[in-house]
Amino acid sequence: MTIEELEQIAESVRLENAKFDYEVNVCMDLACASQGAEKLRDALVKAVEASGKTVLVRRTGCMGPCSSGPLVRVDPEETLYHHVNADHADAIVASLGGDPVPTLQCDLNDHFDKQVRVVLENAGHIDPEKIDDYISCEGYKALLTALTEMTPNGVVHRITESGLRGRGGGGYPTGLKWGTVAKAGGDLKYVVCNGDEGDPGAFMDRSVMEGDPHRVIEGMAIAAYAVGASKGFIYVRAEYPVAVARLTTALREARRRGLLGSNICGTTFSFDVEIRLGAGAFVCGEETALLASIEGRRGTPRPRPPYPAVSGLWGKPTLINNVETYANIAPIVRNGGKWFANMGSERSKGTKVFALTGKITNTGLVEVPMGIKLREIIEVIGGGVPDGHTFKAVQTGGPSGGCIPAEMLDIGVSYDALLKVGSIMGSGGMIVMDDTSCMVNVAKFFIEFCMTESCGKCIPCRAGTAQMHTLLSRICDGSGTMDDLELLEDLCSTVKEASLCGLGQTAPNPVLSTLKYFRNEYIEHIAHKRCPAGVCNIKAAVEVLA
Amino acid sequence: MSDAVEVKTLIIDEQEVSARRGQTILDVARENDINIPTLCHLEGLSDVGACRLCLVEIKGSNKLLPACVATVFEGMEVSTNTERLQKHRRMILEMLFAERNHICAVCVSNGHCELQTMGQEQGLTHIRLPYRNPSLNVDASHERFTVDHNRCILCTRCVRACAEIEGAHVWDVMGRGINSIVITDLHEEWGSSTCTRCGKCVQVCPTGALFDKSKVGTDHPKNPDFLPYLNLMREAQ
Repeated sequence: MTIEELEQIAESVRLENAKFDYEVNVCMDLACASQGAEKLRDALVKAVEASGKTVLVRRTGCMGPCSSGPLVRVDPEETLYHHVNADHADAIVASLGGDPVPTLQCDLNDHFDKQVRVVLENAGHIDPEKIDDYISCEGYKALLTALTEMTPNGVVHRITESGLRGRGGGGYPTGLKWGTVAKAGGDLKYVVCNGDEGDPGAFMDRSVMEGDPHRVIEGMAIAAYAVGASKGFIYVRAEYPVAVARLTTALREARRRGLLGSNICGTTFSFDVEIRLGAGAFVCGEETALLASIEGRRGTPRPRPPYPAVSGLWGKPTLINNVETYANIAPIVRNGGKWFANMGSERSKGTKVFALTGKITNTGLVEVPMGIKLREIIEVIGGGVPDGHTFKAVQTGGPSGGCIPAEMLDIGVSYDALLKVGSIMGSGGMIVMDDTSCMVNVAKFFIEFCMTESCGKCIPCRAGTAQMHTLLSRICDGSGTMDDLELLEDLCSTVKEASLCGLGQTAPNPVLSTLKYFRNEYIEHIAHKRCPAGVCNIKAAVEVLA
Repeated sequence: MSDAVEVKTLIIDEQEVSARRGQTILDVARENDINIPTLCHLEGLSDVGACRLCLVEIKGSNKLLPACVATVFEGMEVSTNTERLQKHRRMILEMLFAERNHICAVCVSNGHCELQTMGQEQGLTHIRLPYRNPSLNVDASHERFTVDHNRCILCTRCVRACAEIEGAHVWDVMGRGINSIVITDLHEEWGSSTCTRCGKCVQVCPTGALFDKSKVGTDHPKNPDFLPYLNLMREAQ
């Protein structure tokens, strides 16, 4: 495979597509598929056959606004239809060449205008099971450019220059990590992709793996070239069967095209990737636990240093990055580090994909430049809180993130700004809560999650989260005391500072942030035996004899 | 000075000490009679950094490091007993005492228990946390030994001693979080497991969780000090 051959494939796809007058793209991602996108596609194919028009019906990955699904986009006009079902197929096909179907047309201009798509540039535009579709969108061009025109150091330099930081949550500078692994000695090195996305309400990585799997593989191959690795692992949770299937297909296609395997592109570089399935443990998203799991051991974290960059899989230097980080690599190599560094804020470059969920009008995936105000994401892109309720808080960063109140919505989204207000960037979950949410109950929910997902290795996380859960349950059922509150704060401090891994160290964040911004709700539960949001089932307040 | 220099000098609790490159803070501290509390660490076994009692403060860093695995560097300034550390240590011990059913008065290890001693050393006078009082099993199926999960603190010394020293790997951990327990083989009764009856796990257990049946009702001190000696002799061979 050479760049010229790549161009030829892209050209033949373009010629093939040019035979069609229209392209009807059907989103087949989980949310749309669960509402009948499969039937809809079949109906569209039938309607096209019956009409005699030359139309390409294509299944694609996630288009973004999941709450409007099933979604259909008609190209070249780029007309977006929402809430489409199989009965609408005839109307849509009949409208081709004329005016769009008014009843189905959706106006999400505000939703899309503020977004910048880098990671999701192909999502909704290509068939994830066709490698040629990906190649027609400049796919694998970055890999071949790197292999034939750049030195490994040059690649590391470009990533460093881009200012990309790890998208898995930690925000460690990607270029620095690559440089460390590249400098580590030894013939055998590994590249690992962390696809063990486990935060409740987060599905960015799933969408990328399902909607554009080759992007992840290309990013890993470039990384392997840069650090001198010859073997890669994608660790995907078994709860993502579609992602596993798409990645398996993608790997097979890439091997068939000679983009993985021995002597890729006629160079001395060889690289292949294996898929490993997670067995449902959240903690396996922690890098050292993930590596232990790949090795076939119990998925528990170990103290660092040594970092995986020095001693990772089977003691060898290992580069481990998140799905979204790898998905950013190809565009950076193609367009240059400066192009990427021009987007975003001073210390957080590029874009970030967020999964908007909870009490918000447009739930789904959004990709925004770093530094954008939280308010813009929630009120403009997300369309605000529905049903006349008022916004109360947004929780970022999954179960270990903090709850950010309305007064702070004008902060720009970046690793440092979120940390400053007591939350974290995390992998990109964003859960919006309105006035019907009880913040004590929310804190209890997340602590319960961390308690059940704790691996049990270190005492602060194992016993501390369980104790915090007991105290929060007491406060929620009205039997809490002010002493409990003080004890809760002491527990938070020890669990945060003394836990072994990131899971424990960040587990108290929801409690600490709600104690900071919504302390009055805790006091209401304890002192007045009442839940302001009416969520907690407080037993009839017992009048204590004076 | 470069990193290649074999001897490092550092300061632990305002005392100037020297160390070999690659030595852990705990090693160096104990060589110099500076006490850092530990529970999961045991000389002769690999370290897991799980109990978090040996956390120390390093000047210039806000992060606490486990002394049993953190290695020294030139010019490092370590504090092993600050107010912040004492507070965390007491809280961790409270968590342990409240986690399962530790009732010293009726325990075979009363007076010889590392958890009990640790509580006394750290000035633990009472437990503020609610006791969890879990209902846990006692497995007395083995002809010589008993495991009482009510007294287990999940330090995994037994797991490591069995795998690393005896080479049998009968013990392991099952479940996760607060529901973790140590098991023999694939959660079979100890008596019908592949146990070699060497008794090393009993000797390394810091509490009364693993005990010798023949010693019940008598003073039952444990002797884990054989491990470093055993390792030394094996290396000498």
